[in-house]
Amino acid sequence: MQEAPDLMTIVMLIIVNGVPATLQLTFFGLAAGFAIGLVLALMRVYGTKEMQWFATGYENTLRGIPLLVFIYIFVFGVPWVFWFVDAVSRPLFGVFFALGIRSGAYQSQIIRGAILSVGEGQVMAARALGMTAFQTQLYIVLPQAFKIALPSFANEYAVVIKDTSFAYSVGIFEILKVSRSVTAAWPALWVPSMLIVTVTYFVFTYPVTRYFGKKRKIHVSARGG
Amino acid sequence: MNKMEPVLRVRDVWKSYGDLEVLKGISFDVMESEVKVVFGPSGSGKSTLLRCINYLDPPDRGDVFLRGVRLGEKDTDINEMRARIGMVFQHFNLFAHLRAIDNVAIGPEKVLGLSKEDARQRAMAALEHVKMADWADHYPAQLSGGQQQRVGIARALAMEPDVILFDEPTSALDPELIGEVLQVMLDLAKEGTTMVVVTHEMGFARAVANEMIFIDGGVVVERGTPEHFFRGADSERVRQFLHKLEELYGKEREELRDVDGE
Repeated sequence: MQEAPDLMTIVMLIIVNGVPATLQLTFFGLAAGFAIGLVLALMRVYGTKEMQWFATGYENTLRGIPLLVFIYIFVFGVPWVFWFVDAVSRPLFGVFFALGIRSGAYQSQIIRGAILSVGEGQVMAARALGMTAFQTQLYIVLPQAFKIALPSFANEYAVVIKDTSFAYSVGIFEILKVSRSVTAAWPALWVPSMLIVTVTYFVFTYPVTRYFGKKRKIHVSARGG
Repeated sequence: MNKMEPVLRVRDVWKSYGDLEVLKGISFDVMESEVKVVFGPSGSGKSTLLRCINYLDPPDRGDVFLRGVRLGEKDTDINEMRARIGMVFQHFNLFAHLRAIDNVAIGPEKVLGLSKEDARQRAMAALEHVKMADWADHYPAQLSGGQQQRVGIARALAMEPDVILFDEPTSALDPELIGEVLQVMLDLAKEGTTMVVVTHEMGFARAVANEMIFIDGGVVVERGTPEHFFRGADSERVRQFLHKLEELYGKEREELRDVDGE
């Protein structure tokens, strides 16, 4: 048997082999979730009855099913939906997709709440100026909504980055999987490797939630419409 | 442009929300440079009327014409029409994330398609007009109510609209801030701005209104010159209302008239 690696080596293994996949999944999962969430939120706030019904249904369904179930469905159940990528990368896409559609359900609620907090008066003022509904969103509502939603987005980031650890269960080499392969070879290193995993997740979440999580001063008029 | 053609023509406008009939056939014309004051008890439909005029709340029945063009017609671009109808709100409704200058410039830039530079110049001129140029870089939350409302007026002015609608522009203001806003509005009226003003500021009405319209229960109860109303309105309802206003506001606003040397 090989000589057991020292702690620094485990740290390097995790950073070099695990962190990239974790960050990739987090980034694309959040991005997909944002796109889905934005569309759903706009449907809920401004859409027809059918659109509202659809968006609400989507949220309730996706929030009611464990992430791991979705991961299994897309990785083992219907991997062919990712026919456009080679077979080796399909599990990664499956996890990314599961993270995205689930995060979309939560981000929809975040964005919807933020849109509603901008206030009808400003929308009315924008329309009265002759802005189209689209311009009103683009220049008036969404810039404010995103600022308002920043703490919630930070929170959602923390949720998603931690949930990327589920990718371990379908054999993707992210942080957890790398450490598990270390401990599989050297069971004695279980505690230190898990400690490193814990610290790694913490390092990637805490500063972000700490920095964006605080409600920072937003220029919201006291009387504002 | 035909001087005799009304800038704004409101014809038999009806509006209801569910079972509640708010407007029951309102009609009036606004000529070039005319100042029309609309007043009446709260809940009488004044604000709804203004929102019907620029189709923020399209009327159920009746027509609104801007220089002869009917709003709500299939081939009239409603956004283009709204760009020519300014609106000033009771609660200012400034864009909270934009500085005063950008609040004013965004319409000319995004709606009228002016260059960033030109839009800024126009916005600055509008802010100067309402004596807010020194506050151009402030956010709405950093301004007093009166200052916010003046920015609101500048925002409407910068679009160079055919007519400006004022929806109780001073009723959300602390008493000591009302004067500065009324002064700006008086100046605008004297410069020949075409205005429809929903207000209870009878001093303002007396000083510059060409015609006053009393609305109650969704209909025009009485209309006439300020002279006519203050000498003694025909209907008992109007006399009562004016009496109540006087009790409420007293004569404190009388000095406005004097300043302007009526």
